[in-house]
Amino acid sequence: MPLIDLANPTRFLALTQRLLPGLAVATALAFAAGLYLAWFVAPDDYQQGATVKIMFVHVPAAWLGMGIWALMSLSALGTLVWRHPLADVAAKTAAPIGAALTFVCLVTGALWGRPMWGTYWVWDARLTSVLVLFLMYLGVLALWRTVEDPARAGRAAAILTLVGAVNLPIIKFSVDWWNTLHQPASVLRLDGPALHSSIMTPLLVMALAFALLFVTLHVSAMRNEIMRRRVRTLRLMQAGAA
Amino acid sequence: MGPLGALLLRDMRLSLRVGGGALMGVLFFLIVVTMIPFALGPDLALLQRIGPAILWLGALLASLLALDRLFAADHEDGSLDLILMGRTPLELAVLAKALAHWITTGLPLVVATPVLGLFLNLDLTAVGAVALTLAVGTPALTLIGLIGAALAVVLRRGGLLLPVLVLPLTIPVLIFGVSASNAAIVGPVPFGTPFLVLCALTLMSLVVGPLAAAAALRQGLD
Repeated sequence: MPLIDLANPTRFLALTQRLLPGLAVATALAFAAGLYLAWFVAPDDYQQGATVKIMFVHVPAAWLGMGIWALMSLSALGTLVWRHPLADVAAKTAAPIGAALTFVCLVTGALWGRPMWGTYWVWDARLTSVLVLFLMYLGVLALWRTVEDPARAGRAAAILTLVGAVNLPIIKFSVDWWNTLHQPASVLRLDGPALHSSIMTPLLVMALAFALLFVTLHVSAMRNEIMRRRVRTLRLMQAGAA
Repeated sequence: MGPLGALLLRDMRLSLRVGGGALMGVLFFLIVVTMIPFALGPDLALLQRIGPAILWLGALLASLLALDRLFAADHEDGSLDLILMGRTPLELAVLAKALAHWITTGLPLVVATPVLGLFLNLDLTAVGAVALTLAVGTPALTLIGLIGAALAVVLRRGGLLLPVLVLPLTIPVLIFGVSASNAAIVGPVPFGTPFLVLCALTLMSLVVGPLAAAAALRQGLD
């Protein structure tokens, strides 16, 4: 089905109503499998002990936290270039989920850092970049909360999102230059992952589970937002008629 | 004189006359730098070590101060609509406004830096380095702030929102501005490395800032 067919909110609602139960079940199954693998199959680290298992929440949350900004940037293009009526709905509803997952990433990182590094927070490059990403999510959320008219707020938020998408790699690079202590990336490397498959498989299953969770929450949030906008339009019409 | 020159002169005149905020930024800069020793204690060695950081933070905050008026005043009296409808490309008009804003608020900060450097016990090299990095870096702050100013005027009540949106985007400029200053004073990195990155950041914001600000104005005010 081409994307343009989904531009009709009614059709989107009808389609997602059929899809949502399946998505929810798939999310639950993926989490069941992922958590089972993470708790009972993945071995404890010989140095880190059981705390290594925090990673199964931390890493997927970090991936999604970054990925959701990319999704918001695509939606922003949809808003500005094609004026796709659902694009700003998608961007608006993705932002709180992205902020929440980035927050989860920061909190789990702090909890892991306390026993491992002896402190909840260090001003290391990767941590700082994620903190800046979190602040930018909060900025977008603040922008959405400033304006009542969703179309107007949507276009402003789209521009901010795109500016953020251009700037985030630069911020990442600057912060890397500024300080680095965190271990370098160990999954996506040219010479193959540095992780053993006993860790890698549960991690990927957990990442799939988090991604499914995001899709489920995002689709439900989009449905809510569409209905919220309909209620708003009806209220405005009612007020206009009175 | 073309329309861009006229716009530049008009904006500079407006900010220098009664009700304009041209020297408010420098005054704020002076006050912030004066407040910091009260918080840290009058330890000259410490102030010397963190002097460049203090000056950069002060300049960053001062350059935010007048930003929300950049388009708001023009929006209120209707001249922004004329600029939008005019034949001059909006990107260039916005750039001219940013230049006028920088000349009246950013440049005074650079000029004031040597005086404030004395208060912070900075030697001649350090003062020169900070002034030079600020001269290169403050245009980037203005141009990034331009995006925030455009969004703020589109959203009507952006005064409080503006720093929240703009400050995270200025992090690279702050990092390389302070790094270049410190590199000139204590090393070990050669001054040129972070300084050239700072120049690159300014050049990039020269492209991104006016484009995004013009897009925000076009999208928001139609």
